[in-house]
Amino acid sequence: MEAYLSLFVKVIFVENLALSFFLGMCTFLAVSKKIETAFGLGIAVVVVQSITVPANNLIFTYFLQQDALSWLGVTGTDLSFVGLISYIGVIAAMVQILEMTLDRFFPALYNALGIFLPLITVNCAILGGSLFMVERNYDFGESVVYGFGSGVGWALAIVALAGLREKLKYSDVPPGLQGLGISFMTAGLMSLAFMSFSGVQL
Amino acid sequence: MAETRKLVTDPLIENNPIILQTLGICSALAVTSSLEVSLIMCIALTSVCAFSNLSISLIRHQVPGSIRIIVQMVIIASLVIVVDQILKAYAYEISKTLSVFVGLIITNCIVMGRAEAYAMQNPPMASFLDGIGNGLGYSVILIGVAVIRELFGAGTLLGLEILPLVKNGGWYEPNGLLLLPPSAFFIIGCFIWVLRTVKSQQREKISFQIMDVQVKEHA
Repeated sequence: MEAYLSLFVKVIFVENLALSFFLGMCTFLAVSKKIETAFGLGIAVVVVQSITVPANNLIFTYFLQQDALSWLGVTGTDLSFVGLISYIGVIAAMVQILEMTLDRFFPALYNALGIFLPLITVNCAILGGSLFMVERNYDFGESVVYGFGSGVGWALAIVALAGLREKLKYSDVPPGLQGLGISFMTAGLMSLAFMSFSGVQL
Repeated sequence: MAETRKLVTDPLIENNPIILQTLGICSALAVTSSLEVSLIMCIALTSVCAFSNLSISLIRHQVPGSIRIIVQMVIIASLVIVVDQILKAYAYEISKTLSVFVGLIITNCIVMGRAEAYAMQNPPMASFLDGIGNGLGYSVILIGVAVIRELFGAGTLLGLEILPLVKNGGWYEPNGLLLLPPSAFFIIGCFIWVLRTVKSQQREKISFQIMDVQVKEHA
């Protein structure tokens, strides 16, 4: 239990997907102009990430890794090279299913997330989460915690950046630095602030 | 001829994918702490982008519009798998350092963006060149950032010592901040600043104009 808790805190603060691995940067900078939309996207990422990372973990364990097909009586297989294409397939399928389920059963939530869900398929934070899970050999329990935690960390970062950018529009920014430039600088300062968590030991 | 050359040179500065279109930033920031790794990443991305543009353009009349995204995704993912396997076979150490970022070429917006915006409408040869051009535009920024970060962060370039370090009896005290993640944000931010100061038509519209208030002096 303690291990899970420390992993959870670690992926949110110390190994934040957006600020220390730069994943999902395109959306991170493009959709952070308003707190409301940033929050909607953040929630969508948390939901998709907590579903796809464990799902990809199961696929990796039971189909792709070395001798994974032994439960079918087949040994000596190693399909890990098709990993990339299966993970992105799972992510695209999951997003599609999630979209249809939400549309059918939770129309209010669907309308709130609507435009962000399809965007998420090509968000590198989602694919990156699955790839890190494979690279670090997380088991199923850890991958559930990792998926949820990394989603929360990303959501936290984008909401914080959106808050800063909302305040920032009252400041006098040099013309060449308007918009994209100043967002980069702000994200850099945030990432610097998040680095102070790296000394935290649990 | 001029048209063809423009396809390759235009994305370098005039229409740079990273700075102007804000595409493919993730890996531009993450892999740039050493020049060697960045070079490999540039080659990988440029070849994936060129060949995905070529193959998507070849089949553009056969693909129904409703499933084009998934077709593009599959083509790109297969190309990335090929690159990943080649790297694992011939440059294992570097593929370890790049870790997940080779796989993330799949979701790199430059590749998807060019496939969708250019290769779907244009003939194969032009698309291939467009892919190379955009790959090079990405490479220019990546190499620029990597040179600054490695040279001033560690005093080396491609592992060779350029600025003699204090700890080896030289004079240069390395700036450790440049090897840490935040510096990449600052450097790209400054690149954007410089480019947009020189080319003022690339500036963004000011979203909230601050009024100049003149204080009248009462005599």
